[in-house]
Amino acid sequence: MTAIVPGRAGRPEPDPSTGSGTGSGRRGRAGAPGAVDAESPARRKRGRLLGKQPLGILFSAPYIIFIAVVFAYPVIFAIWMSFQDYFFAAPGAQVDRPFVGFANYVTALSDPAVWQSFGNVGIFLLINVPLTLVLSLLLATALDRVVHARTFFRVAFYVPYVSASVAVVAVWLFLFSNQGLVNAVLGPLAPSPSWLVNSALAMPTIAIFVTWKGLGFYILLFLAALQNVPKELYESVSVDGGGRLRQFFTVTVPGVRPATVLVLLLATITGANLFTEPYLLTGGGGPNGASASPVLLMYQKGIEQQNPDVAAAIGVILIIFVLIIAALQRRFVGREES
Amino acid sequence: MQRRILSTVAAATGILALTACSGGGGGGGDTDARGPITIWYSNNAAEISWGEQMVDAWNADHPDEQVTAQEIPAGSSSEEVISAAITAGNAPCLIFNTSPAAVPGFERQGGLVNLSDFPDGDDYITARSGELAEQYRSDDGGFYQLPWKSNPVMIFYNKDLFAAAGLDPENPQLSTYDDFLATARTIKESGVAPFAINPAPTSEFFQSWFDFYPLYAAQTGGTQLVEDGQSTFDDDSGQAVADFWATIYSEQLAGNEQYQGDAFADAYAAMAIVGPWAVQVYGDDVNWGAVPVPTENGTDAADTWTFSDAKNVGLFTACDNKGTAWDVLKFATSEEQDGAWLEATGQMPLRQDLTDTYADYFAANPAYQLFGDQAARTVEVPNVSNSVEVWQTFRDGYSKSVIFGEEGVDAFLSDAAEQINGLVAGN
Repeated sequence: MTAIVPGRAGRPEPDPSTGSGTGSGRRGRAGAPGAVDAESPARRKRGRLLGKQPLGILFSAPYIIFIAVVFAYPVIFAIWMSFQDYFFAAPGAQVDRPFVGFANYVTALSDPAVWQSFGNVGIFLLINVPLTLVLSLLLATALDRVVHARTFFRVAFYVPYVSASVAVVAVWLFLFSNQGLVNAVLGPLAPSPSWLVNSALAMPTIAIFVTWKGLGFYILLFLAALQNVPKELYESVSVDGGGRLRQFFTVTVPGVRPATVLVLLLATITGANLFTEPYLLTGGGGPNGASASPVLLMYQKGIEQQNPDVAAAIGVILIIFVLIIAALQRRFVGREES
Repeated sequence: MQRRILSTVAAATGILALTACSGGGGGGGDTDARGPITIWYSNNAAEISWGEQMVDAWNADHPDEQVTAQEIPAGSSSEEVISAAITAGNAPCLIFNTSPAAVPGFERQGGLVNLSDFPDGDDYITARSGELAEQYRSDDGGFYQLPWKSNPVMIFYNKDLFAAAGLDPENPQLSTYDDFLATARTIKESGVAPFAINPAPTSEFFQSWFDFYPLYAAQTGGTQLVEDGQSTFDDDSGQAVADFWATIYSEQLAGNEQYQGDAFADAYAAMAIVGPWAVQVYGDDVNWGAVPVPTENGTDAADTWTFSDAKNVGLFTACDNKGTAWDVLKFATSEEQDGAWLEATGQMPLRQDLTDTYADYFAANPAYQLFGDQAARTVEVPNVSNSVEVWQTFRDGYSKSVIFGEEGVDAFLSDAAEQINGLVAGN
């Protein structure tokens, strides 16, 4: 917000919070001293509404429209749907969709499968998010210092991320099925029941798969962040006798804190959206629902069973779940950054 | 801080996109309207071949009522594609691939035309399909689907693997549960295949149609999962069938892990539960034989019931020229076209007196004779509200109890029965 100081009209103080006073400054220069005070209330109101650069709205319009149509409208519609007795109907069909209050939420929360799916995704996040954070930071740091074959290593980590899940899942099925390569190597140490039909191991196996598959993207985020860490800081620590480990904890980790917060947030949101992997890897969330995710349940209830109202209620609960986790992460990890 | 919260909210909004579908579009027309129509058929080669000749034959004689045909659009299942098309208002006039389990849902959506509204609707359907047609009648007494074709499922077995295991491939002992289990144990112990049989152990709602339900139909002499608004399976018959499969899994005669590929074709399992569509698929690659599904004490083949695995034809409300659509539907299910269907696909038209009507075909193709006989004794999925949810509830309990042994069969049957009664009642 730019402060306009009475008596210095046309030459406002630069706003320390934004580092800019350009907008008001230009307005002040364009008019005679006192011109701002002469503005009509309506014009000031329109000015506040359109911002300092009304033309910017034009440039940002495509993105705003995209967000409104693809994200905001569906969310609002889904929230509305979750309070109705809603089902998809043919155009023109005479159907009744009465307001039912929290009935869909009661239905969702009365279903043990829903609780189980949130528990499953909780287990997933507990494994996936820390593992993603640690591995991607360590690998990015290592890759940042690689001298030879740098591109090869970066591409090697990135390829799983851009590969189709369906194709990669087939490889993991080959590895982790009962008669797969992993069990062949483990021999008598192989778990029984096997990985993907073991209610204790199915979700951790999926979490490790997703961690491995998404790692390339998060490594890239950290690599970008590492470019902004001043090299002089490493030299300073080195001069003070600090080794690689100390450089890592005293320079790298604080230096990439914004990226760390971003990685935490993205990994959490991506993890909460888990669908493809349990759908394909464990035959629809098996064994016995041990790897079913809330989004998988939303698909079953909303699309397969034609109860989109209950599915929407699960979706709203999932959003709240993610927001709580994100808020906790902000509180414990991202606070110092702000 | 506020900006970050907002950005968090914006990012999280993606989660709900999955549920955000809405309707639109339009459709109309009365039952007499005539003109060009569109139809969808299945996307397997044999069915496409039949569909193309059927459309050509119709179009040649009806220049003002041309039919445009295409394969059903790709999707994770036909039911989802059809449901989306109904909602969008762009469903074609006819779909020759409508799952009976999805019909109550499509009906609720207002997407299907009641074929009984045509003056000759009821008469045509009942005359063609006989008593079997009654399984496809909806609660209001109307037909919202035309019973079209079935794939009565039976036990396929690999004669070569049976011989290798020291079993008689021409006279397999598979009619009673005890015989079946003894045969399965012999196969497993001989090591000729990793598993004796390997129905998909996955959680999809429809998988019970290929393990529990055929045997339940056989055990009960043709009882549906739900009859007169009540589940039927929490009884001695359901217990016997569930115990049989629980034994199969507990002794690892079947795998509880999803197999990537066709277990029967790959000799991963020596037996499979499939319909006559498999005859063309396995062809000469597998030296196969087929027998009816087993019952507890053995039932004569001529009296054994099974699951139909039927696909029917729906006429959709989005169709403008419903009069033409009804005429095309009757043409496509005429005696001549049903014969062409049988020749092209080996799947059984849901037509009474099937083996007599096409006696020449069955004489020339004895492999299909068994399926032709069996087609007269098939059980369909119950035509009830919340049909898919009913089957998902059943599958979840079956998976927990029978496949993974985490719950007793008694508890599964009673719990599932109670939940399904509630679903059928609309709760």
